[in-house]
Amino acid sequence: MLVVPLAALVARVPWPELPALLASQPVLEALWLSLATAAASTAICLVLGIPMAALLAEADSWPAVPRRLLRTAVTIPLVLPPVIGGIALLMLFGRRGILGPALGAFGVSLPFTTPAVVVAQTFVALPFLVFAVEGALRSTDRRFEAAAATLGAGRVRTFVAVTLPAVAPAVAAGAVLCFTRALGEFGATITFAGSLPGVTRTLPIASYLALQSDPADALALAVIILAVSIAVLLLLRDRWLPGVVAR
Amino acid sequence: MARSTSSHGRAAVRPAPTLLGASLLVALAGCAGSGAAEAPGSAEPDAITGTVTVFAAASLTGTFDSLATEFESEHPGVRVVLDYGGSSGLAAQLVEGAPADVFASANEATMTTVVDAGVVADPQPFATNVLQLVVPAGNPAGVTGLADLARPELVVALCDPAVPCGAAASSLLELAGVVAVPDTLEQDVKAVVTKVALGEVDAALVYTTDTIAAGDAVEAIPVPEADAVVNRYLIARLVDSANAPAADAWVAWVTGTHGRDALRRAGFGAP
Repeated sequence: MLVVPLAALVARVPWPELPALLASQPVLEALWLSLATAAASTAICLVLGIPMAALLAEADSWPAVPRRLLRTAVTIPLVLPPVIGGIALLMLFGRRGILGPALGAFGVSLPFTTPAVVVAQTFVALPFLVFAVEGALRSTDRRFEAAAATLGAGRVRTFVAVTLPAVAPAVAAGAVLCFTRALGEFGATITFAGSLPGVTRTLPIASYLALQSDPADALALAVIILAVSIAVLLLLRDRWLPGVVAR
Repeated sequence: MARSTSSHGRAAVRPAPTLLGASLLVALAGCAGSGAAEAPGSAEPDAITGTVTVFAAASLTGTFDSLATEFESEHPGVRVVLDYGGSSGLAAQLVEGAPADVFASANEATMTTVVDAGVVADPQPFATNVLQLVVPAGNPAGVTGLADLARPELVVALCDPAVPCGAAASSLLELAGVVAVPDTLEQDVKAVVTKVALGEVDAALVYTTDTIAAGDAVEAIPVPEADAVVNRYLIARLVDSANAPAADAWVAWVTGTHGRDALRRAGFGAP
């Protein structure tokens, strides 16, 4: 169920024509855009996600209601159809959205821009990072933090100097998952950011559109997404993954 | 791929008035059972039953919905399942063997790809459509004509040239000598209309029928050149349809008087 469809896809790829297809301007443009936006959204996920994970790991001592609300809020983008996420982003940042007019006053308009792609990707990828890091934080040995505190380190310093290095593998694993999820993002992006070559047309969108006119191109694009995802996931060493899932 | 398709191709399965129709039929048959021969008109025993799956261009959405409701009350044993999307995407799915009974495309080029693949035969023209320049209600950007599509400061949406409405838009812009500066090239015409109706886009080229369907949320700006670029809509039954009698009845329904009236009301031109 997991491997067979992908194997079927690979079997249909027009290998002899692949190099030419891959070197074509639209494909390179989409590839570059996808890599750049996925890297940017991964960076934002790290900045936003690590504090969120720390908060979530601490939340055990909270009353049930706020704790569950917080957990649900973090999980929602994971289970929501991405198109709905895109609509939600339009309702927030669109011209007639809640924040849109205020942004417009500063001459900033987010929809249909490359930053909109990054926002859409961040929205869907953030939970992957949060949960990876949270799982690791829960399993850290609290005695080291307590020791750091008795030695006079503040909470922030303890977190940065003691806790974070201890969970570094999980942070890396989360970032990788985040990056690959961002790379594959389609629904929220096409809804919120649109589809313009070189600006907002990422690999998955280019692949979907190519399917309408030239299936060979679509397959070539699919192979790139697959290859990049596999390469990135292979970089993730085996022993890091258990930290993400279990523990 | 499956995920993206399902989120964009809107499959509409409507709760058909079949139950009501069927119970009426039973009631009529019960009355007639005493002696009278057969109930008149639509209550005649219907030869066709089952499901008809129709892949239709996104621009046909409202019209085919109401035509299907009428068709189902005329043929109580039949359910029409409509799957709307960009014609080219639907065509690609059909060529890959998607199970459907009827295909209705928004232009000839798309139908040709499906005919060439041997999936359908003998497509019939049933409607035409022309493009219109649309703006959000109130025309906030003060758009007056096609030339405004070249203003870089406006947010302009067009269909991608790979789908029929985008191919028509390219021809129209070329004819008018306008080099548009689009901010997004969408995968089907309804996606464009939605973005105009939401006010996220200042101007767009969509079909006349979409402007009518969108109601008060959008305004149309007359474009004299638009009548020169006409999309011809074609409909055909699939060669391998699992329910050929019902599929043929649906094609006849769309190309017949009922279909023609409904299409005209929606703003389509005669074939």
